Amino acid sequence: MADRVMITVDGNEAAASVAYRLNEVIAIYPITPSSPMGELSDEWAVKGKKNLWGTVPQVTEMQSEGGAAGAVHGALQAGALTTTFTASQGLLLMIPNMYKIAGELTSMCMHVTARTVATHALSIFGDHSDVMACRQTGFALLASGSVQEAHDFACIGQVASLRSRVPFLHFFDGFRTSHEVSKISYLSDEELRQMLPDELVAAHRARALNPEKPVLRGTAQNPDAFFQAREACNPYYFACPEHVQAVMDQFAQVTGRAYKLFDYVGDPEAERVVVLMGSGAETAHETVEWLLSKGEKVGVVKVRLYRPFDVKSFIEALPASTKAIAVLDRTKEPGAVGEPLYLDVIAALDEAEAMGISQFAQQPKVIGGRYGLSSKEFTPSMIKSVFDELAKEKPKRHFTVGIMDDVTHLSLAYDQELDIEPDDVQRSVFFGLGSDGTVGANKNTIKIIGEETENWAQGYFVYDSKKAGAITISHLRFGPRPIRSAYLVKRAQFVGCHQYNFLEKYDVLEYAAPGAVFLLNSPLGPDKVWDDLPREVQEQIIEKKIKFYVIDAYDVAAKTGMGRRINTIMQTCFFAISGVLPREEAIAQIKKAIEKTYGKKGPEVVKKNFEAVDQTLANLYEVQVPAQATSQKRRPPIVPDEAPDFVQRVTAVMLANKGDLLPVSAFPVDGTWPTGTAKWEKRAIALQIPVWDPKICIQCNKCALVCPHAAIRPKIYDPAFLEKAPSTFKSADFRSPDLKGLKYTIQVAPEDCTGCEVCVAVCPAKDKSNPKHKALDMAPMPPLREAERENFKFFLDLPEFDRTKLEISVKGTQFFEPLFEFSGACAGCGETPYVKLLTQMFGDRALIANATGCSSIYGGNLPTTPYTINRDGRGPAWNNSLFEDNAEFGFGFRLAIDKQKEFAEELLKKLASQIGEQLADEILKADQSSEAGIQAQRERLKVLRAKLSQLDSSDAQRLALLADYLVKKSVWIVGGDGWAYDIGYGGLDHVFALNRDVNILVLDTEVYSNTGGQQSKATPLGAAAKFAMGGRPLPKKDLALMAMSYGHVYVAKVAFGARDNQTVLAFKEAESYPGTSVIIAYCHCIAHGYDLVHGPEQQKLAVESGYWPLFRFDPRRALAGESPLKLDSPAPKFDVGEFMRNETRFRMVEQLNPERFKQLLEAARHEVNTRYHLYEELTKAFAIDGTKKEN
Amino acid sequence: MDLSTTYLGLKLAHPFMPGASPLVDDLGMVKRLEDAGASAIVMHSVFEEQILREGLSTLEAIEGTAESYAEALSYFPKADEFRLGPDQYLEQIRKIKESVSIPVIASLNGSTPAGWIEYAKQIEQAGADALELNVYILATNPWETGETIEQRVLDIARAVKRAVKIPVAVKLSVFYSSLANFAKRLDEIGVDGLVLFNRFYQPDIDIENLEVVPTLHLSDSSELLLRLRWLAILHGNVKASLAVSGGVHTVTDAIKALMTGAQAVQMVSALLRNGPEYLKSIREGVVAWMQEHEYESVVQMIGSMSLQKCADPAAFERANYMRVLQSYRI
Repeated sequence: MADRVMITVDGNEAAASVAYRLNEVIAIYPITPSSPMGELSDEWAVKGKKNLWGTVPQVTEMQSEGGAAGAVHGALQAGALTTTFTASQGLLLMIPNMYKIAGELTSMCMHVTARTVATHALSIFGDHSDVMACRQTGFALLASGSVQEAHDFACIGQVASLRSRVPFLHFFDGFRTSHEVSKISYLSDEELRQMLPDELVAAHRARALNPEKPVLRGTAQNPDAFFQAREACNPYYFACPEHVQAVMDQFAQVTGRAYKLFDYVGDPEAERVVVLMGSGAETAHETVEWLLSKGEKVGVVKVRLYRPFDVKSFIEALPASTKAIAVLDRTKEPGAVGEPLYLDVIAALDEAEAMGISQFAQQPKVIGGRYGLSSKEFTPSMIKSVFDELAKEKPKRHFTVGIMDDVTHLSLAYDQELDIEPDDVQRSVFFGLGSDGTVGANKNTIKIIGEETENWAQGYFVYDSKKAGAITISHLRFGPRPIRSAYLVKRAQFVGCHQYNFLEKYDVLEYAAPGAVFLLNSPLGPDKVWDDLPREVQEQIIEKKIKFYVIDAYDVAAKTGMGRRINTIMQTCFFAISGVLPREEAIAQIKKAIEKTYGKKGPEVVKKNFEAVDQTLANLYEVQVPAQATSQKRRPPIVPDEAPDFVQRVTAVMLANKGDLLPVSAFPVDGTWPTGTAKWEKRAIALQIPVWDPKICIQCNKCALVCPHAAIRPKIYDPAFLEKAPSTFKSADFRSPDLKGLKYTIQVAPEDCTGCEVCVAVCPAKDKSNPKHKALDMAPMPPLREAERENFKFFLDLPEFDRTKLEISVKGTQFFEPLFEFSGACAGCGETPYVKLLTQMFGDRALIANATGCSSIYGGNLPTTPYTINRDGRGPAWNNSLFEDNAEFGFGFRLAIDKQKEFAEELLKKLASQIGEQLADEILKADQSSEAGIQAQRERLKVLRAKLSQLDSSDAQRLALLADYLVKKSVWIVGGDGWAYDIGYGGLDHVFALNRDVNILVLDTEVYSNTGGQQSKATPLGAAAKFAMGGRPLPKKDLALMAMSYGHVYVAKVAFGARDNQTVLAFKEAESYPGTSVIIAYCHCIAHGYDLVHGPEQQKLAVESGYWPLFRFDPRRALAGESPLKLDSPAPKFDVGEFMRNETRFRMVEQLNPERFKQLLEAARHEVNTRYHLYEELTKAFAIDGTKKEN
Repeated sequence: MDLSTTYLGLKLAHPFMPGASPLVDDLGMVKRLEDAGASAIVMHSVFEEQILREGLSTLEAIEGTAESYAEALSYFPKADEFRLGPDQYLEQIRKIKESVSIPVIASLNGSTPAGWIEYAKQIEQAGADALELNVYILATNPWETGETIEQRVLDIARAVKRAVKIPVAVKLSVFYSSLANFAKRLDEIGVDGLVLFNRFYQPDIDIENLEVVPTLHLSDSSELLLRLRWLAILHGNVKASLAVSGGVHTVTDAIKALMTGAQAVQMVSALLRNGPEYLKSIREGVVAWMQEHEYESVVQMIGSMSLQKCADPAAFERANYMRVLQSYRI
């Protein structure tokens, strides 16, 4: 064995590094948390990195995991070494092909970041529910529990599959392992070559479909043959575990790291044993060692090869002394006798006895428990509680651990305070903002310590559920031994708080161990900061004897030209005071890393960073801590007292980062949550907010339309209401030819605004003698916060203006109350203005089916959600089914509504004589095409309900239940381009074809935004995206044209930043159209790479350069003898290059390869002009009346 | 007929060349310019500030959004390979050098002392035959004296001269209070050439939207007069070679520029209007005129109408203004 090369990587990179080198074809589809494996492979392929045999693998992104699995199956059949990466729903979509691949005994090893399958809710986090759904496919299941194992088992799985012919699914825990950064020993090409002899590859290739020696697979078999043929594979499965063990033994010879099918750690005479797999087994390993040191006779069996389950190896792994076994499953199978691993263990013990290989004096008793669903923390304390349970005379046969189940009382109690980590492991916790670079700096720190010292290093990062102003918490460990602690740091010797205001929101020092070092980024210096701290923080500092340091990192950053990037500064502080490395050495290493990262970006960037490092040390101060807490300031309550009970009891606890403490009884049983909770979370993340000048304002309401967070709103109201207005509340006379004598106010929600500035950017009203002053200017938030909070409260209490008197225009719609507010979307988001508009226009009668993606995350990610209700309690009813099925899901809404409406109408007709013929007739024939019509119908239904309550028939009761459906319902199918263009297109197309009254809103960011910028078929020609690194060579798919080809679908292409009135008109027309409507909405996005304050301006350029032509195709126009297609934007006025060069996604192609960019730009120019010309011609062509014969 | 000239110490077949412009972004266009007989290629300026800003904004777009959200640790393909420094410009120098056999003069506008020196060195390494320094910065600071501004340019020119071995020209603006003195001082530190003069984008006002908007006007022959005067004044007073830039549109313009002292005649607007082949017709026109007027060489013409040599030097200094006024008839 040569000297080991050590690297610091995360689990995804560890697995992908091997998978890439051992394969030729990689077909994937992005899904969290596996996406980085595909992305890395693509990146390596673009850079020309070769596999073990000296050729660059083909990496292809497909339209869905179903597609990826098909491509994998095909590539395997055609003889290539092939792999894929996936998780969760993605893995579920691969199941049909997995049966086929296994049924054909095809060698492959796929790599899965095990992730929760969506049930009552979606979760991106880790458990084994997806993998467990594949037990029956015939794939071997190989579990790794750490970053090192993910690296090693990627190799073992591949070799074992080629040896055994059984396909392998290698999995590791999503996030906990896939995203944990760890120092590991690297498998060299030479070692991989020793592991994988060419004969195995040759045998695989020999089985390929080849017309030179043709065979046929995929036959259809009948009762006479199928059963026997299915049994024919048995010898391969029987032999598989032996192959795996042989490969593991060979691996030990090559690398020195030995694994068994079932690895046992513990006392050779242990009486109590836990059995589990994945990262939890590492924590159990660590805990068992600690318990052994306390004299307990315990042990753990780590399951490596779960399928095929080798009874003999399992039994041999257990000490003969075993009396009680607890099997821990990271999955839930409702209704089963027990979870899968538990059942397997019981069956194995029974089988062993029957086979006569049981070595136990008495069959051990077995209990089973669930743990760690959706990456729930799984700690030594919890494992200890399982051992304690096993020691009881009558332990719970089935239990859960890690939560408090106060409903079915299955949970085990555990000691919240137990901490088994030794002192020589340096633990640190950092609170940062996503945008301040804290995580990046910490990853860099781990690299420095991992690669430049003898220490082992580990980093794990916890992210926010909100995208704007997102916080990150980094958990770092450094120590003299490999780190097995697969759980968050609890007692840190170093706590860094990179944002001063976090002290008011979070219990940052909860993580601090006694005597810890606390570093605070503070605008107040060492003399002033103490008095400004909340009392709770002062008390903790004194009580825990914390050494307290401050630095004004933003000041240092500003003075050294770093803007607001404080990552390098805070990293320097950490090294300077934590003592993990000698100071000088640490500084030299940081500078080396800066040189490496920024060297190519110019000497100035490097210089600025160096200056920042040097200036840091001069500005870092220790604070003298007084003996007494003096502050009168306390941390404010998480939510205000007037918040509803549920929000107080449940939501507020989650907001305080203490959701783990909530018991089972706090939660709804079926995933049903109240709407309108975002308003209780006052995040106050804006540094600046808009300030309104009523004297200059022209009352266009454009600011409200573009606001992504509904944080700036107009209202008109009777002047009499102003009597009770707060003193700083502003108003102006409402300018309107029709509505006289009203007052007008634009009000900002200071604590909900994200400070994106888009409202100010679109404000057209300038002070004539000082044009830099507009009707909206940005001003620092803190001094305005209190007054504007009161003003916003007063504003909300003002009555909503009568909807029936407002016209459907940009200005008019903005007086409608938004029923989507304060979402977690990015600052400046280009999607949410459309969603908000939808809720303003139709929200009180809308059902929304939302495809998975950004819009389902900012729409439905806990703790708080943005969809809300109006004063009558009405608002959008919302659900997210899956990614791929959203069109069909929403279509189902329509079927149900139509059926129930039809039944209600039948009942109404039946009961007409008792209710009153006239009322029944009016209800049945009601014109609900306007706000007034809908309001009138609601009034009629009140009368109807009153009358029905007087009737005693079952028909009357039935009608009372269904009467709601007599008010027109608006069904909206909302999703992004990944859904509409790629994974959900098949369903979408079918819904187009069926022509029922559904409205489809495609939020087109032209890239997979939520999963991090992978190309979709909506990605435009010339744009760089993941899987199109050199710029997409082909134009985006013309979804609008495809929809128009049906003839009966209403189609609109809109861009609110370019022509907001056309957007509003399209929403109105789409909703009123009695068939299928689709609106394809241009959405600027952070994945385009520019400051989104310019979003609307870029949209304008997009339209005027012909990049995004606007049009509406309304089949109703054809009936009037007109062309249904109407172009709403003129022929291209600007060069499309002007639009493209403003965005990083295009510019980076130029920076990578200017010649290629030039070609792509030429192609884009051509595309823009031909496409516009095509629409022009279509406008004419559609105008031809096909019923008339032409001479 | 001897059209050859020496500019920045480079022996050129004749004085006519494209001036600094985006024309040379395109290699095809560079070839056409060479085919049209350009005696050298002058590249547009690489702007250090622009590169720095672009670099920082790309970094911000990529890094500012990264590592913030669990599902998307980044939004762009990894940027290691993206070239955010002056690489593209340097690459273009290399490509032009590979595709043409005439000298290539690069142009630099720095924004930091380190940048001027570092970029100049890189430009030299990339193979440029000479370097034009585009030194003008709009003097908007009311506390900064003209002397300070001139000193800064002198410092830059001196530093660059020390850093590189290739000839260095300074492209001047007309906005110096004592241009003759300033040119002399540049000459003293060994600058190899002076280019008269820089033209700037002038901002315009949009009265509807109350916005300042950039505009681009091509030059015309009327702009030549200012340059003729200063060529005439400087010729013979400085060792540095002189080039005219701005306002040469016709054969007559070109001849005037040579006669007042230009050793090189740079054209941009005329080529943008008429295509690169126009260079050839200017050269042929000058040849025809020379034949007609029995000139043997361009050298004979250069500076013949300069202040030192022309019959009526006062006309360049002051009288011109007076005579115009006197000749004006109502």
